[in-house]
Amino acid sequence: MPELSYRDAVVRGIAQEMARDPDVVFLGEDVAKAGGVFKATVGLYEQFGPLRVRDTPISEQAILGAAMGAAMTGLKPIAEIMFSDFFAVCFDYIANEFPKSRYMSNGQTKCPLVVRTGNGAGSRFGAQHSQSVENWCMMIPGLKVVAPSTPRDVIGLLAAAVRDPDPVIFLEHKSLYATKGEVPDGEIVDTLGTAKIVRPGKDCTIIALALMVSRALEAAEKLKAEHGIDCEVIDVRSLVPLDTQTILGSVAKTHRLFSVEENPRLCGWGAEIVSIVADEAFYDLDGPPVRITTPHIPLPAADILEDIVLPTPGRIVDTVRRSLGS
Amino acid sequence: MATIRDRAPGPAGSGLNDDIGEQKRLALYRSQVRLREAEQRAFDLFLQNLVKGTSHLSLGQEAIAAGFAEAMVKGDLSFCTYRGHAHTLARGVPVEKVLGELMQRDNGLMRGKGGSMHLTSEEHGVMGSYAIIGAHLPIACGAAWRAQYKGDKDVSVCFFGDGTTNIGAFHEALNFAAVWKLPVIFVCENNLYMEYTPIGDVTAVPHPAADRASAYGLERIVIDGNDADECYRTAQKAFAKARAGAGPSLIECMTYRHSGHSRADPAKYRPEGELERWKLRDPIKIYRERLKQFGVSDAAIEAIDASVRKEVDDATEACKAAPPPPLDILTTDVYADGGWAWRN
Ligand SMILES: Cc1ncc(C[n+]2csc(CCOP(=O)(O)OP(=O)(O)O)c2C)c(N)n1
Ligand SMILES: [Mg+2]
Repeated sequence: MPELSYRDAVVRGIAQEMARDPDVVFLGEDVAKAGGVFKATVGLYEQFGPLRVRDTPISEQAILGAAMGAAMTGLKPIAEIMFSDFFAVCFDYIANEFPKSRYMSNGQTKCPLVVRTGNGAGSRFGAQHSQSVENWCMMIPGLKVVAPSTPRDVIGLLAAAVRDPDPVIFLEHKSLYATKGEVPDGEIVDTLGTAKIVRPGKDCTIIALALMVSRALEAAEKLKAEHGIDCEVIDVRSLVPLDTQTILGSVAKTHRLFSVEENPRLCGWGAEIVSIVADEAFYDLDGPPVRITTPHIPLPAADILEDIVLPTPGRIVDTVRRSLGS
Repeated sequence: MATIRDRAPGPAGSGLNDDIGEQKRLALYRSQVRLREAEQRAFDLFLQNLVKGTSHLSLGQEAIAAGFAEAMVKGDLSFCTYRGHAHTLARGVPVEKVLGELMQRDNGLMRGKGGSMHLTSEEHGVMGSYAIIGAHLPIACGAAWRAQYKGDKDVSVCFFGDGTTNIGAFHEALNFAAVWKLPVIFVCENNLYMEYTPIGDVTAVPHPAADRASAYGLERIVIDGNDADECYRTAQKAFAKARAGAGPSLIECMTYRHSGHSRADPAKYRPEGELERWKLRDPIKIYRERLKQFGVSDAAIEAIDASVRKEVDDATEACKAAPPPPLDILTTDVYADGGWAWRN
């Protein structure tokens, strides 16, 4: 199968949807002529022209507000917020406007849009350009929240997000842009709300998202090779809708649960899943669910510091090994 | 330096320019009386404890809502604030639907799910009432972008207060609309106060909207917001410009609210005599006199007043008789599938 980078998968995913539907338009800062600060939108301006691929001023509220007004009245906009940390300057749209207009209007108002953003740490950018904000979005009723870990999922989940009638927050991991993976030719459309078992196993379940998926997989191989522990790794992929059945099914089989989360400790996405498992699968568990997260601190810039705060394969191995008592 | 308060517009002296025509003039009068009666009724119902939650009335500001709505055609879109009852009614939404929402009844516009601050009636072009200051200016830009992109001829009109000119979204939206040349009209209702603070105390320029227009390459426009004809004429010009592809307009309408900011506000912060001075320039009083100057009979005016009162009375009775919303709508329409499921 041909290989594609995560970055080029973003371009292909957007292009696939824009070619299919003339109502799909794309706006953001430096996204058109310059091809994006992460070079994840290169060529779209040339392919689809200045009416459909539009550079905006540095006006995050205008970007998201305009996307919403266009979505309400018939377009299917994709809006880019360069770094997910910047959600904080346009959070009104994410928290108050997109997700509540349909409900408040008793079903009159629609809001079919996608907000793409560069999320996550690993680039040594420091505390305001490195955060993982999936939990900021997950807590808001009315939104959908997706975070792909592979180039193939980027295309498939982006297509699903664009075709979805609800507002979708699409979190691309900055440290994954350069990674490569196999991607089949032709149209790819995935399904929101589906987790994927990326490594079957019988001794414990590890749930992970985005950059943490490859780290969980690496840890699982080590645990198997060096400690004889057979981990099942689940790529959650979609926080809302959440595929709890896949997770509960796995816990029923392995009897132990670990989450690997990049967001800081308090109110991370894993806490919600742990609470669901505690409610609904308590008697399936042979021990406490364990969350492996970044500590509850702002992210530091220096590589030596950033590297130790994010969950690493080594920390996952140690935590699982100690918890399983081997 | 002169304050805004000193600049309140003088008596209407528009003479007998009959560019508007009798039919439109009667429609403008009827609309203003309808907004006044409906909101006065909302206030009375609040005193009877039948309107719950908060509410923000436009009593005294009716000429703007009527003037702009009468200049719109079907398909044009209104984006309103929490002070949005008048703009919603002015697009033809039945009084019963609005009062029903204020009274939190099942016959309300959104069956009680939105409340007074979020009146929405897309079939009438009312694309929502927004309660986060400034949020709807960028949203109106987006609707205008869609019109531009698809070659649709509709115009988006965004109403907001003087206080809104000091939030970032106002400035982002104006620059965005100007750069993209969007068919959108920004209408600032300058009622001299944000909530309780005089706008002049917190704004660097005397005219909070118009004096910022030049920063976005737009014309400086200040009009008498208590004169429905002036609002209507100004609106027509801005619509023609937008429909011709010549971009946005920013219009500052000078006006005054007769009631407090919201139902909880007795408006004690106003200097003595200010309200009384503005009531001399009550838009409905001005307009009634103008109709008489144009030879409209007392009987014809009274007939309009009576028919409006009947609509409001009938609506009131219908709302009093309407049940509260059923509990099963609690979880509908969170997502587009009609439900609220976030997991399997
Ligand atoms: C972002 C935000 N800040 C503050 C408020 C609280 N608030 C509600 S109305 C209002 C005053 C707005 O003044 P103006 O824009 O002049 O409108 P008016 O109420 O006079 O029509 C304020 C401060 C709010 N709703 N949203
Ligand atoms: Mg005001």
